[in-house]
Amino acid sequence: MVRTAPTRPAASRTGRLRTREALYFHLFLLPWMIGFLSFVVYPVLASLYFSFTQYNILQPPHWIGLANYRHLLTSQLFWKSLEVTLYYTLLALPCTLLLGLLVAALLNLRVRGLRVLRTVYYLPTLIPPVAGALLWTWLLNPQFGLIDYVLQRAFHIHGPAWLASPTWVIPAIALMSLWGFGGSMVIYLAAMQGIPQEYYEAAQIDGASPRHLLWRITLPMLTPVIFFTIILGLIGSFQIFTQVYVLTQGGPDYASYFYNLYLYENAFNYFKMGLASAQAWILFIIILGCTLVLFRSSALWVHYDH
Amino acid sequence: MGHAFSANARPSARWQFADRRRRQAVLRALALLVLCAGALVIVSPIIWMLSASFEHMTQVLSFPPTILPSPWDFSAYRRGFTFMPFARYFWNSFFIGAMSSVGGVFSASMAGYAFARLRSPDSNVLFIVMLSALMLPYTVTMIPQYVLFKHLHWINTFLPLWVPAWFGGGAFFIFLFRQFFLTIPNDVFEAARIDGCSYFGLYWRILLPLSKPVLATAAIFHFQFAWSDFLGPLIYINSGSKYTVSLALSLFQARYGATPWNQLLAVSLVAMLPPVLLFFIGQRYVLSGIVVTQK
Repeated sequence: MVRTAPTRPAASRTGRLRTREALYFHLFLLPWMIGFLSFVVYPVLASLYFSFTQYNILQPPHWIGLANYRHLLTSQLFWKSLEVTLYYTLLALPCTLLLGLLVAALLNLRVRGLRVLRTVYYLPTLIPPVAGALLWTWLLNPQFGLIDYVLQRAFHIHGPAWLASPTWVIPAIALMSLWGFGGSMVIYLAAMQGIPQEYYEAAQIDGASPRHLLWRITLPMLTPVIFFTIILGLIGSFQIFTQVYVLTQGGPDYASYFYNLYLYENAFNYFKMGLASAQAWILFIIILGCTLVLFRSSALWVHYDH
Repeated sequence: MGHAFSANARPSARWQFADRRRRQAVLRALALLVLCAGALVIVSPIIWMLSASFEHMTQVLSFPPTILPSPWDFSAYRRGFTFMPFARYFWNSFFIGAMSSVGGVFSASMAGYAFARLRSPDSNVLFIVMLSALMLPYTVTMIPQYVLFKHLHWINTFLPLWVPAWFGGGAFFIFLFRQFFLTIPNDVFEAARIDGCSYFGLYWRILLPLSKPVLATAAIFHFQFAWSDFLGPLIYINSGSKYTVSLALSLFQARYGATPWNQLLAVSLVAMLPPVLLFFIGQRYVLSGIVVTQK
């Protein structure tokens, strides 16, 4: 690039280069822009419009104002699905986080076979959700499942009916998702390995104990990554669908009737596209709200180095 | 751990140091023990699954469960694959996975290049707009997309499952590419520019060859997403010959009546293989790819 442009011709040359560069910028962005307009912007606007209509795809949408939203907010099933989803999130998210941090911290002691262990813990996240859910249907089977066998051998108790029990179905699904905690664990481990060694050495020379190192250096340095995984985990667990569809179809007695399962059934079983769109927008607003609150709270507990 | 203790450290400090090292060795051994036990818990379902797929149904359903099949029975694989035409479904999933992988890598790396290396007055605004899509639940766009593809007569074809990847390839991947491209020193580009390399040449001949790790990461992730996708095929595919592996697996139980667990587990196990093998091939790249997005 021309650093100084004392004469006018050079300045206009820089300007020409700038325009050319901007032209290429948009050229390279073109595929994304086409996709963004047709698969994101248009759908978002259309979905917002649909949410105020009655629409079954066969007939054109019919404007009904806020009726869909009013219907949802007074529907017992809607609140049930929201409650189920929140309960699952509150159960699965903290457990995944704590277990991920714990295992990452242990691996970060540079134990032997770190790579192999890390791969083993990461393995379940690679399994396609349908295959994983089928495997867990079998594991959780109260008659011949592995989990019941372990409970009997180790604690001499019969496990509950898991997926057939309204009380235990959500903990069972949370347990299944906990199996995939390796996904966030590798992120924590990478972040821990990225903490400069000098911090620890300096603290040790000052006589800090291992507990101090953990609470005063490792955890504060990890807070940005923890923040990131909480947001992604929240968005992900609010939207869980495949596992539930395969495991329980929402049963027994709506005990695992997750938000997106209800949405899917409205959209593709009953073709209530307007109602389903309203559901999608309510979820979007909930997710935005939670993210906003988390961002606000981040000033209190997230430590940024720079 | 290399502790740099000064030569004039007092003897008590040296004792302390030795004591700390001993404690650390014990701590590390304990950690290894806990981690190995944990790893065993994590893999045991898969091992159990593997053994059940080689068992007779009577043994699968017996209690207590047995680890080793006796006798070894390979019929579950044969019968599982003939009960439904899984060879066909694997091909379908491969096709969708490969197509979205190639398209996703190209379109996302192009956008990543633009955001990382090309200047334009609107680049910051567009970047934020691009990232905002990450927050959007898929259900918001799902219904209008379905309507759109219905108007295009794409229902019951593979097109809705891979064509969108060719147009942007997902905000996450654009971000991944941008972050990686930013780590490549500017001098490389300036030198190529001085030698008369065009903007397209920079992308094609400089950037892509230097970015093999992140290209591999994105290709693997894309393939895995497409391979694992269930909702997409569930919505768009309705004729039996076009099922993907995930969709067929979900229907296996219902089709059969009483669940033939050994067959179901055998087919599920084979369905897990492509993403797992792909991960092992590109493990080095994939794990570094996860780290890149954190920065």
